[in-house]
Amino acid sequence: MINYVAGVGRYWIDFLASVGRASLFLLNTLTALPSLFRRPALLVRQLHAIGVMTLSIVLVSGLFVGMVLALQGYNILIDFGQENRTGTLVALTLVRELGPVVTGLLFAGRAGSAITAEIGLMKATEQLSGLEMMAVDPFKRIFAPRFLAGFMAMPMLAAMFSAVGACGGYLLAVVALGVDSGAYWSLMQSAVNFIYDVGNGLVKGTVFGFVITWIAIYQGAESIPTSEGVSRATTRTVVYSSLAVLGLDFLLTAIMF
Amino acid sequence: MHGDNTELVRVRDLHFSRGTKHIFRGLSVDIPRGKITTILGPSGTGKTTLLKLIGGQLRGNQGTIHVDGLNVASLKRRELYQLRKRLGMLFQSGALLTDLSVFENIAFPLREHTDLPEKLISHLVLMRLHAVGLRGVRDLSPAELSGGMARRAALARALVFDPMMIMYDEPFTGQDPISMGILIELIKTVNKALGITSLMVSHDLAESLSISDYAVIISEGLVVEAGTPEQLRSSKSEWVQQFLQGKPDGPVPFQAAAPDYETELLGSLDRSGS
Ligand SMILES: Nc1ncnc2c1ncn2[C@@H]1O[C@H](COP(=O)(O)OP(=O)(O)O)[C@@H](O)[C@H]1O
Ligand SMILES: [Mg+2]
Repeated sequence: MINYVAGVGRYWIDFLASVGRASLFLLNTLTALPSLFRRPALLVRQLHAIGVMTLSIVLVSGLFVGMVLALQGYNILIDFGQENRTGTLVALTLVRELGPVVTGLLFAGRAGSAITAEIGLMKATEQLSGLEMMAVDPFKRIFAPRFLAGFMAMPMLAAMFSAVGACGGYLLAVVALGVDSGAYWSLMQSAVNFIYDVGNGLVKGTVFGFVITWIAIYQGAESIPTSEGVSRATTRTVVYSSLAVLGLDFLLTAIMF
Repeated sequence: MHGDNTELVRVRDLHFSRGTKHIFRGLSVDIPRGKITTILGPSGTGKTTLLKLIGGQLRGNQGTIHVDGLNVASLKRRELYQLRKRLGMLFQSGALLTDLSVFENIAFPLREHTDLPEKLISHLVLMRLHAVGLRGVRDLSPAELSGGMARRAALARALVFDPMMIMYDEPFTGQDPISMGILIELIKTVNKALGITSLMVSHDLAESLSISDYAVIISEGLVVEAGTPEQLRSSKSEWVQQFLQGKPDGPVPFQAAAPDYETELLGSLDRSGS
C-alpha cells in the first residue's frame, strides 16, 4: 500500500518535472523568436520544409474527405428533400471540425515526425553540441525557426484542406449526383459565418500548430542520442500530438460552439 | 585577462555525477599553455564529459574549472559564448552540419559571428581548407567525406577563429593508418606552428603519447598518474602499467563487479530445480 502511494507520488513528481522542463523549453524558444527578424532566410527555409512539403498530402486528403462528406450527407439529406443543403453540411463540418483536426493529425505524422527525427539526429551526431561550442545558440538557429514555421503553416494548411474539401464536395454533389450548382454554393455561403465558423476553425488550427510543433521540437531535443532513442522520440511525437489534437479539439469545441 | 600562472585550464576538486553515477569525484588537472596535453582513460570514464565541462556545456556539482583565468561555471551566457569563440572543439564524429557543404560548414562560424564581405570569407575558408588538405572537396556534403576527412574538415572549422585552445575528442578512433598519420601531423602542426594549446582525450595510447608533451591518466573519476610520456612509462604503479601495456587482467579486473561466480551458478541451479 505504501509502495503504491509512493509509486503514484513518484509518477506525479516525474510528470510535473517533465511538464516543467517542457515549459522552460518553450519559454526559451519563444524568447529566441525575435532573432528571426534578423535572419528571415532561416524561417523561409523551414516554411518550405514544414509547410510546403506537407501541402500535397493535405490537399489530396482534403479532396477525398470533402467527397465522402458530400456522399454521406447527400444520402441522408435526400430523405428529407434537402439535398440542396449538401454544400452547407460539407462546409460546416470541414471548417469547424475536420479541417483543423484531420490536418492536425496529418501534420503530426508528416511534419512533426520529421522535425523530431531531424533534431534527434542532430543531437545524436553531436551537431547541437557542436553549435553550442561554436557559440551559436541552437534555440535561435534550430528551434525557433522550426517552431514559428510550424505555428504559421498549420492554420494555412487547415484552411486549404477545407477549401479543397468544399470543391471535392462540389465535384461529387453537383457534378456526379446532380445537386443544383447555384444552390450548393449560395446555401453554403449564407450558412457559414466568417468570424464564427471560419475564424474559430483558424483558431483551432493555430492552437494545434503551436502544440504539435512544440511537442515535436521538444521530443527531438530531449531524445536519447541513439538510433533507438530517436525512433522512440519520433513515435512519441506522433502519439502525443495526435492525442493532444483530439483532446484540445473537444475542449475548444466545447468553449466555442 | 590572463592568469599569472602558466596553465590555461585549471580543474580543481571537480565532482560531477549523472543520476546516481559518480563520474568525477575530486578531479584536479592542469593543462599547460602552448603544449599538447593528453587525457587518457578507459572508455566511459568521462573524457567527453570533461571536455563538455571545460566548454561550459555541463556544470559540475562541486569544485571549479578555470579557463584562461575565468571560472567557467560562474560566467553569464554572453560571457560563456565569448569564451567559446576562443575555444575550438573537435567532436568524435566531426559534428559537421549535414545540411551544408564542406565550404559552408567552415564558413559557418564566420557567417554567424561576423559581417565580413563574401570575398574575405571565401579567402579565410580556402586558407583553412588548404591547411588541412581539403580544398578539392569544398563542394561535397559532409556525408560524402570519409571519417578522416570529416575530422579534418571539422579541424578547419575549429581553426577558423584562431582559437587559443583546441580540444580533440578521441581524434584517432576508427581511423585507418594513413588518416591517422595525417591527423597526427595536423595536430602537431596546429600546436607547434600556430602555438595553439591542445587538449586531447583518447584511449589510443601509442599515437597520443607519441605527440604529447604531457599526459594525465584518469580512472574512476580521479587522476591516477600524470607526467611526461617518459615518466608514465617508467611509472611503478601496477595500474598504469596494466593500462599502458593493455593487459587484460590486473588491478583492473577483467570481470565487471559481479556476485561470486560459483554461488551465482549454483544459485541458478537451485532456482531452476525448485
Ligand atoms: N547524456 C547522458 N546521460 C546519461 N549518462 C551519460 C550521458 N552521457 C554520458 N553518460 C555516461 O557518462 C559516462 C561517461 O561518458 P563519456 O564522458 O562519454 O565517457 P568517455 O568519453 O570517457 O568514453 C558514461 O558511463 C556514460 O554512460
Ligand atoms: Mg567519449
